Amino acid sequence: MAITVNRRPLTFWEKLYLPAIVGGFKVTARHLVRSLFGGKTVTMEYPEQKWTVPENYRGAPYLVKDQDGKTKCVSCQLCEFVCPPKAIRITPPGPTGQIADRPNAEKMPEEFEINFLRCIYCGLCQEVCPEEAIFLLKDYSITGQSRDELIYNKEKLLALGGVHPGIQKWKHKLEEAKDQENFPVKV
Amino acid sequence: MDWNFIIFSVVKIAIVIGAVQFFAAYAVLVERKVSAWIQDRVGPNRVAPPFVKYIPVVGPVLTRMGVFQPLADGLKFLLKEDFTPAGVRKAYFWLAPMISIIPSMIVVAVVPFGSYIGHQKMVIADLNVGILYTFGIVSLGVYGIVLAGYAANSKYPFLGGIRSSAQMVSYEISMGMSVIPVFLIASSLNLSQVVNWQAQHGWMLIYAPLSFVIFLVASFAETNRTPFDLPEAETELVGGYHTEYSSMKFALFFLAEYSNMVAASGMMVTLFFGGWTLPFWGLDQSAASFAGDKALLIGIAQILVFILKMVVLMVVFIWVRWMWPRFRYDQLMDLGWRRFVPLALVNILITAIVLWATS
Repeated sequence: MAITVNRRPLTFWEKLYLPAIVGGFKVTARHLVRSLFGGKTVTMEYPEQKWTVPENYRGAPYLVKDQDGKTKCVSCQLCEFVCPPKAIRITPPGPTGQIADRPNAEKMPEEFEINFLRCIYCGLCQEVCPEEAIFLLKDYSITGQSRDELIYNKEKLLALGGVHPGIQKWKHKLEEAKDQENFPVKV
Repeated sequence: MDWNFIIFSVVKIAIVIGAVQFFAAYAVLVERKVSAWIQDRVGPNRVAPPFVKYIPVVGPVLTRMGVFQPLADGLKFLLKEDFTPAGVRKAYFWLAPMISIIPSMIVVAVVPFGSYIGHQKMVIADLNVGILYTFGIVSLGVYGIVLAGYAANSKYPFLGGIRSSAQMVSYEISMGMSVIPVFLIASSLNLSQVVNWQAQHGWMLIYAPLSFVIFLVASFAETNRTPFDLPEAETELVGGYHTEYSSMKFALFFLAEYSNMVAASGMMVTLFFGGWTLPFWGLDQSAASFAGDKALLIGIAQILVFILKMVVLMVVFIWVRWMWPRFRYDQLMDLGWRRFVPLALVNILITAIVLWATS
């Protein structure tokens, strides 16, 4: 059913639109004075001021090291397969290559490259990684002078990722196993 | 041949054209800054030549105010690719920016921007039919836009051209009629004499306020500025008549638009705000009536007074642009033909009757 809205007809004074014009002048003048003399602008002047990256932000994917500073990646190549833009390229060590530098692992990648010109920051590599070795950290301004510069190798990715003592997969697995004992889980 | 006259005229023309270009360029900066402030932003604040950062205090302040931005803008326009789309009618496409810029540059010729410096009258052409010249030239401005819209062979510029021809022709009429009372009161068509009359009797704004309102609105329409920016309405027409233009050709349109604004402000100052006069410090008398250094000083001060008044009006132009939405096309026509034309006619009639009754 149609709803009839009773609108008050405009008075002569309102029909001249003068109050509206004056109102407009007032609003704009207020904003002008406020941002000119009060410095109350909403602009964030980027290179000098930077924003606080949210907790769940998906930035650049980097390789992280475990609490002992050892490579977590076991060169399973799941991230390489899942990567939608094919930005990741892993060179496995092969049967004669070097062995992993930590216990609980058999191998580690000989080379691990992420092409940041291709990466779409989707986070699938982090999701798929069984070793919790690759994480989307908070870096968002990935720039370079050439294409080669934007292909990050294993060394660089590990250095940028750093040590994440909070991320200890095998410890988590142990805790989960213990939690299974007193099933159902109480939260 | 009077060489003295020729040389001084050339000098005056060079200075005035330079000044108009300068004001047009910096009006763009002021436009950007004022719009930024009104919208709670910062505006251009980065551009600076490399040496500026070594100047203490002043350098950063100038950079922050974007003082060097017009230089960068100009350089960008010059260096951009001058692209000619495939479908355009080339001759008209090249002609349109020229036709657009020339009227806006020569319209300032009759505006008296000062009284005297030395023995030189501070106006390029002291015509006795000054205002007729102005209207003749101003109405030429529309051809550039219409031609640009036609030559581009593309729908948006075409619509922009159509709109501008309708709009500018409509408002030309009310603009022309709005100033008739001014000349009835001042009893001269010569702009210098209008200014002299105002120096003696006070600003024309007091005598013909309605004329001023109509003239102000009409000059907004003539200069294609919001709320009358239908020819270039970015949101509807992708830039209107200059959509297909790039590089320096686009810059000419841009410059023409802002020069028109400068010219309109100068015209309004001359007609309604007493031109180069101020009612105190002896600035209301022609500098020719003083002697020696004081004459020169007064002459320069009067030019500065004129510029100051003009700048204030230009800021109003810019301010209004960031305040009001655009008119709908039918509202625009309605306002032009059914409100301002009758109002201007009544204004003429009343002024004439009052003058006749009091004479």
